[in-house]
Parts: sequence; structure tokens; C-alpha cells
Amino acid sequence: MNGIHDMGGMQDMGPIHAEKNEPVFHAPWEGRSLALNLAAGAWRKWNIDAGRHQIELIPPADYLRMSYYEKWAQRLEELLVKTGLVTQAEIDSGKPAPGSPKATPPLTADKVPAILRSGGPASRNVPGPSRFKVGQRVRARNINPTGHTRLPRYARGKTGTIHLDHGAYVFPDTNAHFLGEKPQHVYSVHFTAQELWGQQASAHDAVYVDMWDDYLEHA
Amino acid sequence: MDATRRGFLMAAGGTAANELSQAQDHDHDHDHGHQDVPSDPTLRVKALESLLVEKGLVDPAALDALIDTYEHKVGPRNGAQVVAKAWVDPAYKKRLLADATNAIAELGYGGRQGEHMVVVENTPKIHNLVVCTLCSCYPWSVLGLPPVWYKSAPYRSRAVIDPRGVLREFGVDLPQDTEVRVWDSTAELRYLVLPERPAGTEKLSEEQLAALVTRDAMVGVGKVKA
Repeated sequence: MNGIHDMGGMQDMGPIHAEKNEPVFHAPWEGRSLALNLAAGAWRKWNIDAGRHQIELIPPADYLRMSYYEKWAQRLEELLVKTGLVTQAEIDSGKPAPGSPKATPPLTADKVPAILRSGGPASRNVPGPSRFKVGQRVRARNINPTGHTRLPRYARGKTGTIHLDHGAYVFPDTNAHFLGEKPQHVYSVHFTAQELWGQQASAHDAVYVDMWDDYLEHA
Repeated sequence: MDATRRGFLMAAGGTAANELSQAQDHDHDHDHGHQDVPSDPTLRVKALESLLVEKGLVDPAALDALIDTYEHKVGPRNGAQVVAKAWVDPAYKKRLLADATNAIAELGYGGRQGEHMVVVENTPKIHNLVVCTLCSCYPWSVLGLPPVWYKSAPYRSRAVIDPRGVLREFGVDLPQDTEVRVWDSTAELRYLVLPERPAGTEKLSEEQLAALVTRDAMVGVGKVKA
């Protein structure tokens, strides 16, 4: 989806405000928002790609206005309703529907260290050789899917070189929509700054973008 | 927040509603409505938590444990130890650059948002900078949760098109002939910059070196100073 989240290359977002000695959370609710997302995620009703896409679906003006953990809270409410864990009426009233059964949380405090330790590896075994080799010239396809994609607009149609083959990983474009993992190779692709941004860019600089096989074609 | 929602929170008489009414009183009394007024997200997140706890969907003790982990246990000190070890142990550095995930696991770090790590090395001629233009991907296992600026539109948008300008905003002015490599974290690989070891630190211990290493240097927006 060509959304506001895909902002690489925009120039009008203002100066960077780096806060000195920034706390991990600026208010207790920020930590709760993060933790609620992780704890509710333990129901495994969605995946990391669906979670990212849900944030992308926040309307652009809200996306820019809302703070990070506000977006996480909104994303969580929407995922909970979409996957049926909670109804919209329950979100609106703040109360469980009368007579609804009480569940048992999958993530308890004692399991937190182990679940963070194991994480959620996205690598998969895919037999057979990869389509592209290190050093090969490739072009990022000019595609404009209306769903989730991790191919940034600034790289589409640009030509680069395979820098590394990272191995095979879950494909977000399908996984975000529960259409399967479709695992495939991910490559680090080297683009010169001048290829991406024109002759005014430094001849010394480059951007490396991680790209799934389906994003690439031979150049 | 819509009127129904605010009405519910006020009517519920719970902590959130009390805070809202206190905030309004406060505003009345002093008329300096700014940052000490609880914002809507405070209420929204409290309401969501109480709903999920009441439905048995989340365990409040698990929430506390998650928050405690990222406030106190996982942070840039982890990454600093990785960097310091690489500076003093050439064999470790070699392993780190070849297979970062396993080399970092040797120090006990890994897991969530550090499952697949890549370490990129700064040299006198090469400067690396990490960004996630599409969202906020960041190596949690070695750096903790990302700071606000890393997740902000100004950084995400400009890091790829004007990395030298971005670096100047962080006080790093690179020579024209330095090669700047920007790593856009578009997939599940997470990047950590191995900064240059500063001159004059030859006699420092690994622990003393780790104390010099900053989060910013490991994202690539700073340099390590002796």
C-alpha cells in the first residue's frame, strides 16, 4: 500500500528531535501499551506482519499526529476486534459482554523470560538454490500492491547489486493477510545513492535494502 | 476520544475516570493546561487493559514483567558489551562480522527483535547508519526499545536521502570522501553498527571500553569518544 508509513526519501518532516537521557517510557501508559500488545499477541491470532500492516492502516493524518504507543494501542484494539478476541461493543463500553466466558491468559509472568528469549524467528528452510547470486545486478520491480509490502517506494524500478543472500524468510506480503508464509530468499541489495536520488547525491554513498526474491528481477 | 467513550470512563468511576476529572479540576484551578494533564491515551490504554484483564485475555503480572524487562534488563548496555568484546578480541570480532546472531548469543543476548542479526563495521573510510523507513525495526535484544527520534518521521524519511545532513544534526560531520552506507531494515534482519574504537583507549579494560559505547554510536548517528 502506498501509504504515509512508506516515508523514505520525503524531505518535509522537519528537524530530528533527539532527547537527552530519554526514558524508556515517557509515561506508564506507554509501557502498558507495549506490554498489552506483546501479551495479547501470545494468543497467536495474528502475526508480526499483520500487526505492522494494522499500523499502516491508520489514516495518514492520524498516523503523523499520534505518538508511537498510541498507534500501538489503536492497532491492538483493531486486531482484537478483527480476530474476534474482543467485540467492538466491548471496546466501546470497556466491559466484557454479559455472560461472556472468562479465558485463561496464555502468557503468564513466569513465561515472559522464555518467550522473549525464543522470540519469533522468521527464517525458514527452502530447498534449492537461490535465484540471485552475490554480485549480480538486479532491479527492484515496480509494483504497487494495495495490501502490505516491505518494498519501499523509493527503491522501486531502481537497479542495484546483490550484496548478501540472507537465506529464506517468511514473505510479509502474503503473511500479513493470512495467505501463507510463502518463504523465499531475502537479499541485501546495494543501491548507489545516485541511482536512488540522482546526480546531486554523493558518489560515495549507498543504501542497502533487504528485499525478498519476489521484489526483484534480473537487470 | 468520542463522547460515548469519555462518558463511559467518567461513569465507570474507575481510576481512569478519576484521573480525567482530576485533570479537569487541575486545569480549572491553574489555567496552564499543558503536559501534566493526562492525555487521552492514558485513559484509552487503562480501559483496554481493564477489559482484557477482566476477559482473562492478559495477565497483569505478565504486563509488569514485560515492562520491567525493557525498563531494566534489556538495553544498550548489552550492545556495548558486544562492541567492547569485538574491540579487544579479534577472533570474536571475526565471528561477529561473519555470523552476528550466534556471536551475540555467546554473550547471552538474543531473542525477540534480535533473532537475525547483522553487524556492520565502521572504519576510517566507511560510516554505517541504520534506519527503518517503513516502521521502527530496531535490534531490541542488544539496544532495548528504540528512542522516539528513531521512530519519528524526520529520521525515517531523511536518513536514506540525506544521511550526511541527518548525521550533522547529531553532531557528526563526515569528510566528503567517507563512504556512507545506510541500512534500511525492511526485512527481519536487525542491524548493529560496530563503531570505531577511539584512539587513546589502548589501556582500558573491556568493561571500561563498554562504558564508553553509546546507543547512538551503535545506530550509527554518533561516534564513540574516549
